[in-house]
Amino acid sequence: MAMAALGEDVEKRLHGLSKSVGRIDPEDILEVVQSVMASIEGDHTSLNQRLHADIEALAAYINTAKAEIMKIRADKINAVYLPEASDQLSAIVGATEQATNEIFEAVESIEELASTMAPEQAKRIIDAVTRVYEACNFQDITGQRISKVVTALQNVEIRVDALLQAFGQEGGAAAGGNGTAAEESTATKPGGRPDEDLMHGPALPGEANSQEDIDALLASFD
Amino acid sequence: MAGVDKNMSILIVDDYKTMLRIIRNLLKQLGFNDVDEAIDGSSALAKLRDKDFGLVISDWNMEPMSGLQLLKEVRADVKLKEIPFIMITAESKSENVIAAKEAGVSNYIVKPFNAATLKGKLSTVLGSF
Repeated sequence: MAMAALGEDVEKRLHGLSKSVGRIDPEDILEVVQSVMASIEGDHTSLNQRLHADIEALAAYINTAKAEIMKIRADKINAVYLPEASDQLSAIVGATEQATNEIFEAVESIEELASTMAPEQAKRIIDAVTRVYEACNFQDITGQRISKVVTALQNVEIRVDALLQAFGQEGGAAAGGNGTAAEESTATKPGGRPDEDLMHGPALPGEANSQEDIDALLASFD
Repeated sequence: MAGVDKNMSILIVDDYKTMLRIIRNLLKQLGFNDVDEAIDGSSALAKLRDKDFGLVISDWNMEPMSGLQLLKEVRADVKLKEIPFIMITAESKSENVIAAKEAGVSNYIVKPFNAATLKGKLSTVLGSF
């Protein structure tokens, strides 16, 4: 087969595949590769020999990738490790919330006692109590950060599930999808809220606008 | 402006109970004792339509209705649109501040915040006290 015709044939087959299934399964690629290889049997120009070698290498690469993915037990990652990581993170949120509530109970009692003290002592107590309230911001912030990590894990789960399906293993993820943008969107946008694109959660230190930055920005509207 | 009515009802909205408790306690220290709570924009809106509030202090990131959606609902409601509305949120990006300002937010506090910042913003929005 002439090179131009061969190129057209490969292109036509790949295009047909992507049209018919929406995404290309590695098995389908192998099938195309084998079909193309069969069609060039006996045509031994130097270019065709090089193409033949490249396609063989591609087939070997895909087979190796399949074997490697089987070895890492991606199904176990989805069925065991990722859910366990999410559960552990959720437990952290629960534990810090419980501890924070207990801190509140204790500090609110101390604050009540302050009203029975001399004004100067009471002020010192109230100031200390206020600092404890301020410090308890951590529970909200860490909770939001952990929620971001859980969402990231859900996205990893979807992608691993897509990998499992592509390479022929049974998908173990609850989502059970093929990693489409729509499914990823569901994981990252639980409520489908109109201002979802503005919900970033707490920024990392050094990346966040400070209260002074925000005040300056607000003042620029006046 | 002077003479803030410390008997006014204040609605605080946040899906973290810890944050509701922090804000409630700090408001109590500042002399505001009539504080009601809601855990998202929808329940807050129902409370706002049921009772007169002098101030709303709301988080942004909540489900099913966010703080920004709540703010837009409040500003679009003839009876509620004048209520001062302070956003307290971990969302610190400029685009968030701009979106909130364009929606009519009265002031914006970024978490984690301290008592002095809360007091300062209350003074700015309600008047000195």
